[in-house]
Amino acid sequence: MSETTENPIREAIQEALTEHPVILFMKGTPERPMCGFSARTVAALEALNAPFAAVDILPDPRIRQELSAISNWPTIPQLFVKGELVGGCDIVTEMYETGELAQVLGVEPPAAAPGEAPVAAEPGAPPLQPHNNLT
Amino acid sequence: MPSAQDVKQRIETAIPGARVDVTDLTGGGDHFRATVVAGAFAGMSRIEQHRTVYAVFGPEIGGPIHALSLETRAE
Repeated sequence: MSETTENPIREAIQEALTEHPVILFMKGTPERPMCGFSARTVAALEALNAPFAAVDILPDPRIRQELSAISNWPTIPQLFVKGELVGGCDIVTEMYETGELAQVLGVEPPAAAPGEAPVAAEPGAPPLQPHNNLT
Repeated sequence: MPSAQDVKQRIETAIPGARVDVTDLTGGGDHFRATVVAGAFAGMSRIEQHRTVYAVFGPEIGGPIHALSLETRAE
């Protein structure tokens, strides 16, 4: 990040995607999600105790713009595993319920039979499992 | 602001043969949930199926349509 580039934000995103095997681009932070969809996605990851990096896209609108250009995906959140887009809130929630999410993340599926998606905290509400995954 | 009916019609027009169900989640015309079942989805991953639906609305997603929650299935 020391040299000036044509598109430093895009390069920073690509670097983050290479660096973190599991990374979530979201509105807000895992402790303070600023959107219900981001909150629900964080809840699914935390329910599996899956370690993940998180990037808040809100501070600069260009992050979202560049991210969507890279991923060809218009909405936030976006979950990437090994640099590949897994999906947004709907797909992640669906995959949590079917057990596919645990498989993709390489973690143990939840002890209970998959079924109900974890309850997401409302935006701004204190999350159930505070856990800082920002790096 | 589009209505749930507008969203449904646009998806059905863009993806011929699709069976579409749309709910306006807030009543405000900017948060929708759509279930789309289409033969055209056969062989597509979930990501590709969702991209196909998002593509119907282009930059409206994230603009006037703040959220379009999707459930998609191949016919």
